[in-house]
Amino acid sequence: MGLFILRRLGVMFLTALCLTFIVFWLTNLAPNLEKLAKTQGNARMSDDAVVSWLANRGYAQPLPVKYAQWLGVAPGYVIEGSDGQVRGRCIDPGQPVGEAPSFCGILQGDWGFSTVAKENVSEVLPQRLANTGKLMFWVMMVMVPGALIIGVLAGMREGSRTDRSLSTVSIVSTATPEYVSGVVFIALFATNTFGMQWFKGSASSAVQDATFENFFLPVMTIALYGMGYIARMTRASMAEVMTAQYIRTARLKGVSFPKIVLKHALRNALIAPFTVIMLQIPWLLNGVVIVETLFTYQGFGWELVRAASNNDIEMLLGVSVISVFVVLLTQLISDIGYVFLNPRIRIS
Amino acid sequence: MEPLTWTGSLGIVLNPFLGIVTVLFLVSLVAQTVGGLFAPAVTLQANPDGTLQTRGGVLGILELAMKYLLVAIVGGVAAYIVIPLFIPYGSAGIVGEISKRFLPVWIALVLTYSLSIKYKRRLGLYGKLFDSTVGMIGFGLVMFWVFTAFFVGVFDMIATHDYLSQVSGLKNKVPGVPVPEGTAGLTPHYLLGGDNLARDVFSRVVSGSVFVIAIAPLATIFAFMVGITLGLPAGYYSGRLDTTLSFIANLILAFPVILLFYLLVTPEIVLTGIPSYMAAFLFVFPLIFFGVLLNSRYYTQPAKRTAIMVPVLGILGWLYLSIINQPGTVIDFLPAWFDLFDISILVVFVSVVFVNAPTVFRIVRGLTLDLRTRDYVAAAQTRGEGAWYIMLWEILPNARGPLIVDFCLRIGYTTILLGTLGFFGLGLSSESPDWGSTINEGRKLLLVFAHPALPPAIALMSLVLGLNLLADGLREESLKD
Repeated sequence: MGLFILRRLGVMFLTALCLTFIVFWLTNLAPNLEKLAKTQGNARMSDDAVVSWLANRGYAQPLPVKYAQWLGVAPGYVIEGSDGQVRGRCIDPGQPVGEAPSFCGILQGDWGFSTVAKENVSEVLPQRLANTGKLMFWVMMVMVPGALIIGVLAGMREGSRTDRSLSTVSIVSTATPEYVSGVVFIALFATNTFGMQWFKGSASSAVQDATFENFFLPVMTIALYGMGYIARMTRASMAEVMTAQYIRTARLKGVSFPKIVLKHALRNALIAPFTVIMLQIPWLLNGVVIVETLFTYQGFGWELVRAASNNDIEMLLGVSVISVFVVLLTQLISDIGYVFLNPRIRIS
Repeated sequence: MEPLTWTGSLGIVLNPFLGIVTVLFLVSLVAQTVGGLFAPAVTLQANPDGTLQTRGGVLGILELAMKYLLVAIVGGVAAYIVIPLFIPYGSAGIVGEISKRFLPVWIALVLTYSLSIKYKRRLGLYGKLFDSTVGMIGFGLVMFWVFTAFFVGVFDMIATHDYLSQVSGLKNKVPGVPVPEGTAGLTPHYLLGGDNLARDVFSRVVSGSVFVIAIAPLATIFAFMVGITLGLPAGYYSGRLDTTLSFIANLILAFPVILLFYLLVTPEIVLTGIPSYMAAFLFVFPLIFFGVLLNSRYYTQPAKRTAIMVPVLGILGWLYLSIINQPGTVIDFLPAWFDLFDISILVVFVSVVFVNAPTVFRIVRGLTLDLRTRDYVAAAQTRGEGAWYIMLWEILPNARGPLIVDFCLRIGYTTILLGTLGFFGLGLSSESPDWGSTINEGRKLLLVFAHPALPPAIALMSLVLGLNLLADGLREESLKD
């Protein structure tokens, strides 16, 4: 088991390294850098000015060198620019050149500087993550119990009318992407078109103070899309358990149906959904980006869109590091949790 | 012209009827679902007179009532669609006029269904679909949009106005608004209102279906070609090849899709030529697939092989070169007369294929790992068949069931991805009528005018729902054998 986790962690770091390098490469392509120079410096820069602007700020170095600097395994650049000013990766504005450390990358805990937010990435991202964490907490609180209840009710009597109607509900919810359900929800419940203006169409005030009125619609929008899938998996797992021999034995012994479901079937039926729920988290990340954009909620996804549309390189890298680790960690947890929940599986 | 109401004179009778029936149906549905939890399981009950009854009592009556109520609802909805076809313009309201516009689609659907149901015993898996209600509903929704796209794209029929032309004074006007005299168009009203650039919402939605129906299945086919060509050897040989390919697949899957889209689908990236190179790499897989498929089957008869392979690969190669060759990008070497078509949204196409391929790879690999231990594979190995023959002609046909089901689901997922691209305004021009872009346009003023954003949202949802139901029906029917 220890070796298994160790190997998975190794693969995880390799994956993270590869992915950040790809993001680094894509954001550092020449046209992207030119766009960056023009948005940061002056929109009407001449080509020569763009080249010197980039060279002064260390962007003209070879790609592997820049990547190593960002990682913190190579010393940060110190360049005396064509305008006579000395700039360095590790030199904060106003700091004397000699006092700055020579290494400053992810490994040293320096996530870089966001060119759009005009703040350090390590200051912006935790706030955004906290906001998204709040959103995700409520999504989980709605989605997981809802999905499990629907799945168990549908799966305990396979083929019954309850099963068929609940299965249809879950298919409908998996077929409704967030940008559709969000738009429909806003049109229905946040405008006066249908006379049901109960909620707010924007969640920007929920950052400070989340109320039922401004937080319900975004939470429901994300929860609905994930709910159907988990419910279907729970249903399949429950239906399978209900055909098992020990359930039949319990029935023949005369145990009442509610007792069979709650005491005998439920425990075994919830093993598979656990894995599905963990693996669903990366998918929720997509929903988070869409919903935070739609409802202007300033969280992680909103920051991703802002950083990506402005080619904010270091913010984008920070965002991708975090999302890659979220994806890989949930995979790891689901594997380990599966082993713990199901004693029949042993990893040699 | 008077503005149209939603249901016109037809609604005076039908609206209250349908309203009451729907409320009754919902009430009995809730009563039944709640009651079903406490009721004993369905048992056969012998009556004193010697007959059998499955479930008597209140639940049995409710079940019967729901059946008739459902029939009444379906009948009411059908009346909204059928009756307007026989009464003059305007008297059936917006719903009636929309139903009239879709007349070719209705005819095509009725023809498809009556022919398919008549000959369903001779049509294999497709025919079996018509044994399952869920599958039939799903197929109906999908075919509705396929026929709509066909009639709009090929015959230019259903749309009432040009989806790009703006008519002054109709900006954000509500559904059923009359257009000014002398405006070009087939109806004197904007059936579903105008959007924020005063274009007809109805025409934009039906034109948008062409984009989705053309791109989504094609992109899914390419993703399947890539996934199958790489997944079969990975599962069959295992070992280092499998480890490498799986690592790459997991690498792509660990990327948040939207981040990937934001990085790949930008004008700057198109300038560097990366999408063209990716297209050149990804689209070569169908060629490899068909080349290996035919070669592994006919390599013992060289004359026949050459006779089959040369035309197939010739045509595919021509298509391949035409797809990847784009004037104005890095790959631009073909003479214009040789280049069949230009895809202006190549980058969208490529990125959707790129995102879908790893998942297909994993499914195919998993299936292959399972199937390669079967006896027929061992028999083929004993006969001395080549590895590719076993993979493509023994394993692949036996994996078709799950693959067909996944294909339907994946078209739906691709539709969602295309909508996501449109929603973030990536890769498509803002004038494009595709549903994602239209939703994106509509959401900006959503709190004031909800009507431009809702029709494309519902259209997209109904197509994806149809594909999911179709997949569900196919799965159910293929499990029955």
